[in-house]
Amino acid sequence: MAYVAVKGGERAIDNAHAWLAEARRGDTSVAEIGTAQIAGQLGRAVDRVMTEGSLYDRELAALAIKQAQGDLIEAAFLLRAYRTTLPRFAHAAPVDTAAMQIRRRISAVYKDLPGGQVLGPTYDYTHRLLDFSLLGEAVPPPAPEAPAAAANMPRVTDILAHEGLIEADGAGGKEPGDITREPLSFPAERDVRLQSIARGDEGFLLALGYSTQRGWGGSHPFVGEIRAGDVSVEITPPELGFAIDIADVTLTECQMVTQFKGSKTVPPQFTRGYGLAFGHADRRAMAMALVDRAMRAEELGEEVTAPAQNVEFVLYHCDNIEATGFVEHLKLPHYVDFQSELETIRRMRAEAREDAA
Amino acid sequence: MSVLARAGTDEIAALLTNVPALPAHVRLRGPEAGLVMLRGRAGGAGAAFNLGEMTVTRCTVRIADGQVGHAYVAGRDAMQAELAALLDAALQDPARHDALQAAVIAPLAARQLAARDAAARRAAATRVEFFTMATMRTTE
Repeated sequence: MAYVAVKGGERAIDNAHAWLAEARRGDTSVAEIGTAQIAGQLGRAVDRVMTEGSLYDRELAALAIKQAQGDLIEAAFLLRAYRTTLPRFAHAAPVDTAAMQIRRRISAVYKDLPGGQVLGPTYDYTHRLLDFSLLGEAVPPPAPEAPAAAANMPRVTDILAHEGLIEADGAGGKEPGDITREPLSFPAERDVRLQSIARGDEGFLLALGYSTQRGWGGSHPFVGEIRAGDVSVEITPPELGFAIDIADVTLTECQMVTQFKGSKTVPPQFTRGYGLAFGHADRRAMAMALVDRAMRAEELGEEVTAPAQNVEFVLYHCDNIEATGFVEHLKLPHYVDFQSELETIRRMRAEAREDAA
Repeated sequence: MSVLARAGTDEIAALLTNVPALPAHVRLRGPEAGLVMLRGRAGGAGAAFNLGEMTVTRCTVRIADGQVGHAYVAGRDAMQAELAALLDAALQDPARHDALQAAVIAPLAARQLAARDAAARRAAATRVEFFTMATMRTTE
């Protein structure tokens, strides 16, 4: 009997997937969407899928979005699955965001800062009115240009550091932990926390960041700086023995600055939260920075009371691939489990009836 | 190497039509696709953390004269990696170096620089020019 059920299930699954393929393609009188179009014209979706899929590859992210019919969590899942098929050649030197080729750089704390406020291709200051002209097709006029001085763009946090008003970045040097190689364990150091939330669900991080602003672990934050642009990637292959520059990747970085009352050993100063994301992703980088700062509560001697400050809670629930796996597995057959639950309920009811009698 | 890593296969191939044919080569490794883990630093300059991976294709070739060329390029284009490795080897041949440098590498580098400059000029056009609200300050 079980054999028959399996055969029937297989055919149903095959047919379901065939229908899915047809539904994905949609109306064939409309041109099929190409991955180059997705990569070029749905760039923010591609950025998000690369970040949450934890794999920087615009073409593959575009393919995943097409395959998943625009379901971005499903697309990130596809990228995560794909990355497990490839060997890791090397790790890159930490990117130098101070040397970023800036497309956007803003600060909410300093108006006049070296290098200035550069808006870049932003949705800020748009009126959020639907642009019906996009229903048609049109080539926009080229964006205006202005002479570009080879301006130094120091990080705002470095400017504050000159006055000694902000905590230092702290020493590096230790080989960072890697959650793709070793399972998460607690207490989790900041390197592991940052890696986890860097690929965490944007909605989850946004909600948690928002909760800290609304008083759940409140810390009055300022955007010290957001910068977006290209940084070069440098690796040192063993066969060469020297560093080579292999690519540019687009990143968004956010430095959140938060007042800190000080402690017995540390004078009052500003503390920091840090966000870094693939592509153009202000919202994500800001949310990540808020959550990073919130998770430093214990280290800074603050009382841990809110969800965003609870490291285990955040790290165990920020990954949307794990979350979707565990939530969606509930759809799979639980016939035997449920049968036993049914038996239990029937027995309990029978016992209750007997007691009442 | 950094110039070839940023150039598309078609772009490189088109420029190669301007120079004598490249020497025969054998593949010593690859081209094969893999990953490089990207890293950031907490706060921008603090302790390193793993940010996420990127796809990379690598290739190693040897040309007839014995020079060995290596390439690591972003993405999964096997042709680009092989071509870049072949050029890396050919550039080590003094008889070919100058012609390849002038006909292939220099134009690619110039294009990449021009693209960077164009982006910088667009960014510069979005720089905010603050002006003082003189009326608000003077009507006390």
